[in-house]
Amino acid sequence: MAIEARNVGKRFGDFVALDDVSLTVGDGALTALLGPSGSGKSTLLRIIAGLETPDTGEVVIGGEDVTSAPARTRGVGFVFQHYAPFKHMNVHDNVAFGLSVRKRPKDEISARVAELLALVRLDGLAARYPSQLSGGQLQRMALARALAVQPQVLLLDEPFGALDAQVRAELRDWLRRLHEEIHVTTIFVTHDQEEAMEVAEQIVVMNHGRIEQAGAPRTLYEAPSNEFVMSFIGPVNRLGDAYVRPHDIQLLADSDGTGTEALVERVVHLGFEVRVELKLSDGRGVWAQVTREEAQLLELQVGQILSVRLPPPRVFV
Amino acid sequence: MSSSEGAVTLSPPTSGRIPRRAPAGDALRSARARKLTLRAIALGYLALLLLTPVAMIFYRTFEHGLAPVWDAITAPNAQSAFWLSIEIVAIAVPLNTVFGIGMALLLERGRFRGKGLLGLVIDLPFAISPVVVGLALVLVYGKTGWFGNWLGEQGFQIIFSVPGMVLATAVVSLPFVARETIPVLRELGTDAEQAAETLGASGWQTFWRVTLPGIRWGVVYGVVLTTARALGEFGAVSIVSGRIEGQTQTLPLYVQDRFENFDSTGAYTAAVVLALLALATLLVMNLLTRRTRRETAA
Repeated sequence: MAIEARNVGKRFGDFVALDDVSLTVGDGALTALLGPSGSGKSTLLRIIAGLETPDTGEVVIGGEDVTSAPARTRGVGFVFQHYAPFKHMNVHDNVAFGLSVRKRPKDEISARVAELLALVRLDGLAARYPSQLSGGQLQRMALARALAVQPQVLLLDEPFGALDAQVRAELRDWLRRLHEEIHVTTIFVTHDQEEAMEVAEQIVVMNHGRIEQAGAPRTLYEAPSNEFVMSFIGPVNRLGDAYVRPHDIQLLADSDGTGTEALVERVVHLGFEVRVELKLSDGRGVWAQVTREEAQLLELQVGQILSVRLPPPRVFV
Repeated sequence: MSSSEGAVTLSPPTSGRIPRRAPAGDALRSARARKLTLRAIALGYLALLLLTPVAMIFYRTFEHGLAPVWDAITAPNAQSAFWLSIEIVAIAVPLNTVFGIGMALLLERGRFRGKGLLGLVIDLPFAISPVVVGLALVLVYGKTGWFGNWLGEQGFQIIFSVPGMVLATAVVSLPFVARETIPVLRELGTDAEQAAETLGASGWQTFWRVTLPGIRWGVVYGVVLTTARALGEFGAVSIVSGRIEGQTQTLPLYVQDRFENFDSTGAYTAAVVLALLALATLLVMNLLTRRTRRETAA
C-alpha cells in the first residue's frame, strides 16, 4: 500500500516537530527517514501509525484518508525503538497477540505463530519470556508480532538503535532480505546515514521538522540539494562556502603544477582506508581519504609535503 | 570499640592521610561488630514494639486451654462481629480497588487541569484522623445531615448501620491502591499499550490484556494494604456504627467492648482472630507476587 502524508504539521507546545511535511512512499518500497534527533522523523512515523494526531494535514494509506482513524484500524505494523514487549507473556503469546484479540481460531493462531517464529529465526524459543531474550531476539520477536496481523504497512522506529554493532549489521542485512521476501511497504527511522544507505531503497532526509531531500541513496550522495544533506550523508570538508568529499581529493607525490602544496599533519590507518590530515599552503586544513595502496605508493609520513588536487567544489546557494 | 574508630578503619586507605593504619584483622572485626550491633538494635526494637506484645496476646488467649477460646469464638456477638467485619471488607475493598486503579490511570495517563490537586485530595484520608472522617460522615449522612434526612425518607439508613460503616471503611482505606499502582504504572510506560493498539486491540482489550497484568503486583500490594486497614479500622467505624452489640459491632469494636467489660479471654481471642486474618492476607499476597516473579525471572 502506498503511503502519503500531505502538508502535515505538528507542534508540542512551542516546539515545531513537523512543519508542513509532504511525503509519498510507493507501494512495496523500503524507505528510511533519516535525520538528527529532534528532526521530526519519529513524530512523522507515529503520525502515519496513528499514535500521534497531526495538527494540520492528512495521512493517506492505500488511497484512503486515515487522518482521523484510530491506530488499531489502520492495518499498520509498528516496531518500537525499545521493542515494547508484553513482559508478562511468553514469546508465543506476544506474537499471537494481534490474532488473539481478533478472536481467530486456536489452530490458525498456532500455525501462524510457528510460521512467523521460523521466519524471524526464533523457533524453539516460543516458551521464553521477554526477560530471557537478548536485544536482537527481542527485536525479532517485536517484528514477528507486528507481522502476525499481515499489516499493509510496516513502520520501524530506530529498529537497530539499541543493539551492539555486530548484531546491528546482521539484522540490517536480514531486514533487507526479509523485505525482498514479503514486500510490505516499509518505513524505518534512523539517525545513522550508513544504515539508511545500506538498507533503504529511498531515503528521506529530515532536519528541523522539514524534509530536506528525498531520493535514492546514490542520488542523495552524488547530487545533494543542500549543504545539510551533503554533510549528513557522507563525510565532507568545508572550504569557505564550498564542500569537498575527502575521497575526491587527489594526492600526488610530485608537483606537476596543477595542484597546491600541502603539509601532511597526521596519518590514520583504518584498515582499508587511510585518512590523511593536511594543511594547505594557504593555511586551510582538509582531510583526504585514500586507499591503503595509494598510501603505500605515496610513502605517507607526517611532515611530508605533497601536491594536492582538489575537485571542483560544490557550492550551495 | 567506639563507632568513630570503626569509621576510620573502614574508610579506604588514602595513602598517608590516615595517621595509623589498622591491621586488616582489626578492620574486619570491627566491621563484624558493627553489623552485629545494627542487627541487635533492629531486632530489639521489633521485639519490644511488635513481637513481644503480639506473642503475649497469643499466650494469654490460650493460657487456660482451648475450651474458653472455643466458647469465646462461638459467642453469638463474636460471630456476628466476625461476619460483619468480613462483609464490610468484602464490599469496601473491591470498591476501593476499582476506584484506585481508575484513579491511578487518571493521574498517571490523563492530561487535565487540577491533576495535582486531585492527587492531593486522594491522599487526604492518610492525613486526616479517622475520628474526623467518622464525624464528617455523620454530619452529611446522619439523621440531621445533608443527605441523611432525604435518604431516611426514602427508607435508607446510613449512619448507625452497615452502609455507613462500609463508607467509613472505604474512606480511610481509599489511597492505598492508587498510591501503590501509580509508580508501577509509570514504570510500565505507554509503549506496550500503544503496541497493543497498533495490533488491533480495543481500549478494553488493551486494559485487560496488557495494562492490568503489567501493574498487577502494585494492585495486589495495594489490595493487601487496603484489606489490612479495612479489617483493623476502629475510629471512623466506631463513630458511625453506634456500636450496637450483635448488630453494628465489627471485630475491632468487639475487642474493645470485651476489654472494657473485663472479658479478657473474649478480647484476646477476637484480637488473635484479627491478627490471623491479617496474616492470611499477607500470605496470599506473598503467593501471588511469587507467581508474578516466576514469570519475569531470568
